[in-house]
Amino acid sequence: MPQAIRRVLPQLLTLLAVILLVSAFFPGFLQVDYERGRLVGPIIDVIKRGAPVALLAVGMTLVIATRGIDLSVGATMAICGACAAWAISSGYGLIPALAVALAAGLLAGLWNGTLVAVFGIQPIVATLILMTAGRGVAQLITEGRILTFTHDGFAFFGSGAILGLPAPAVIWVLAAILFTLLVRRTALGLLIESIGINRRASTLAGINSRVLLIAVYMASGFCAAWAGIIATADIRGADANNSGLWLELDAILAVVIGGNSLLGGRFSIAASVLGAMIIQAIDTGILLAGFPSEFNLVIKAALVLVILVLQSPSLAPRMARAARRRRGTPVGRTAAREAGE
Amino acid sequence: MTARSLPLFATIAIFLLAYLVCYLQFPAMLSTRVIGNLLTDNAYLGITAVGMTIVILSGGIDLSVGSVIAFAGVFIAVMLRDTGLHPLVVFTLLLAITTAFGAAMGGLIHVLAMPPFIVTLAGMFLARGAGYMISVDSVPIDHPFYDVLKDAYYLMPGKGRLTLIGVVMLLSVGAGMVIAHRTRFGTNVFALGGGVQTARLMGVDVGRTTILIYAFSGFMAGLSGVVFSIYTASGYPLAMVGTELNAIAAVVIGGTILTGGAGYVFGTLVGVLTMGLIQTYIVFDGSLSSWWTKIVIGALLLLFILLQKGLLRLNARRQAARSMA
Repeated sequence: MPQAIRRVLPQLLTLLAVILLVSAFFPGFLQVDYERGRLVGPIIDVIKRGAPVALLAVGMTLVIATRGIDLSVGATMAICGACAAWAISSGYGLIPALAVALAAGLLAGLWNGTLVAVFGIQPIVATLILMTAGRGVAQLITEGRILTFTHDGFAFFGSGAILGLPAPAVIWVLAAILFTLLVRRTALGLLIESIGINRRASTLAGINSRVLLIAVYMASGFCAAWAGIIATADIRGADANNSGLWLELDAILAVVIGGNSLLGGRFSIAASVLGAMIIQAIDTGILLAGFPSEFNLVIKAALVLVILVLQSPSLAPRMARAARRRRGTPVGRTAAREAGE
Repeated sequence: MTARSLPLFATIAIFLLAYLVCYLQFPAMLSTRVIGNLLTDNAYLGITAVGMTIVILSGGIDLSVGSVIAFAGVFIAVMLRDTGLHPLVVFTLLLAITTAFGAAMGGLIHVLAMPPFIVTLAGMFLARGAGYMISVDSVPIDHPFYDVLKDAYYLMPGKGRLTLIGVVMLLSVGAGMVIAHRTRFGTNVFALGGGVQTARLMGVDVGRTTILIYAFSGFMAGLSGVVFSIYTASGYPLAMVGTELNAIAAVVIGGTILTGGAGYVFGTLVGVLTMGLIQTYIVFDGSLSSWWTKIVIGALLLLFILLQKGLLRLNARRQAARSMA
């Protein structure tokens, strides 16, 4: 089995299990129809609704790989959405609106990255500042109202369809592929991982960790900007209070479900976006299956707990050792393979 | 004045300065009424922030407190509505639950050796979900004992009301100060914040201390929930979203270093009051929008973090110079 597929296998299996479970309660879950030039069906809805979290998860994966965390992505979404809505409603047109939103996202990332990389502030605290202040900034832009607009070109990013697929879904898939290519076809991914494992050693080895860290937070801001654009285009209005509210936690959860360690190091963007889809499938599935949505959070909590146990640095080696003993694999060979990994 | 206590003095100085600015603009700010309301309105935040201070002093973080407070409110409201238990019995039951909940999170953090961030994130989902499962709607509390609690206050000179819940907060801060600075447990907390490895080598029972820390935070969140239910006379599972971040912000503004190992519980009280003062000022001004609160709090956070960073760097440089000599 190729390495790439083996890495995401647990997430694929989990997603499959969730889909099967939901289908058992709601048989039409996998049904997809073609209507008026676009695909419709619950599973398409999952892919579309999961777009913001999936986009955030792409950027968050890179940040977490450097042993950081970005709590500000939800607030960044609100800022970027507010900027885009402001530009559209002031009559600047589509391209400037997108440019303003993306610039705001990059600026937010630059701010976070500078605090982390230049001032040496812990990532949780550094991004907490923007998380707290960001919504205030977004409300300043919208002047405390829900800034609505009518612009078909911009609304396309929320409710349009490309080749029958919802535009938000196309955007997150494209973002995931582009970022994966960017970090895996170059040495960037390797360098990011090395910073996450040991920043000091990486710096001594000649990696410009300062610039790379800032770039990673800017990538996270860029993804958050797209998520903000989608959320704003979807409701045709910028809601500074609720756009992206608590999505940072879902994004972190997606990354953790994707099997990426919060302690930095090896990462997989594909696994993270699968994690985002798992979360969305659970959210949608609970609604479709007719369970009260109150169960949603408890199920999420249980899911995190299971994943924590599986990932635990103190339990996992013990369990792996026990499993090895059962299978009777020679210890030496596995140890060598582990060292090679 | 050592470098360690400098953030605390900076916090107090900024609070007094801010109060002076407020007073010069609105002389009515310096009445016992405003001070009494400042204590009452921020009582729930202050209590949970004391628990958060201990957690952060140990180098951890507790994201679950807001959800626990909301759970507490719903739990109390539904228990009072559906059973004939006396509120005090319900309070005891609730505090036992939230303390056990905190202890369980502490245990998981220790046993799984996972970052507190993600464990308490799961705890946040769980507590919020548990609140939802008890009731989706807001449940009013209608109990004669609650009227007694709500109307219990001491009339200060100048007609300011020192309410019961304000006193509970001040007592919690006092208790937190004693626990953090005067007990062996407190010393262990500081040791953990300085570094888990070194703490273990010094003979600190890391597992026990971690469990106690989060149990304490859970207890404080429960107590804060009790106070909040008295304050609002209702329980609502969607309440208090984001309180954990306000509590963390108060702790940081209060001069506690987020990496752990240095800080004062008293500073947290000043941090809470500073945040309350910003809100009071905005209410007094009337023309400013409430979102300025968020921006000012963000700016204060930045200021204090940079101040702490600068002090730490200065300290390290001084120590390096000393060891060279």
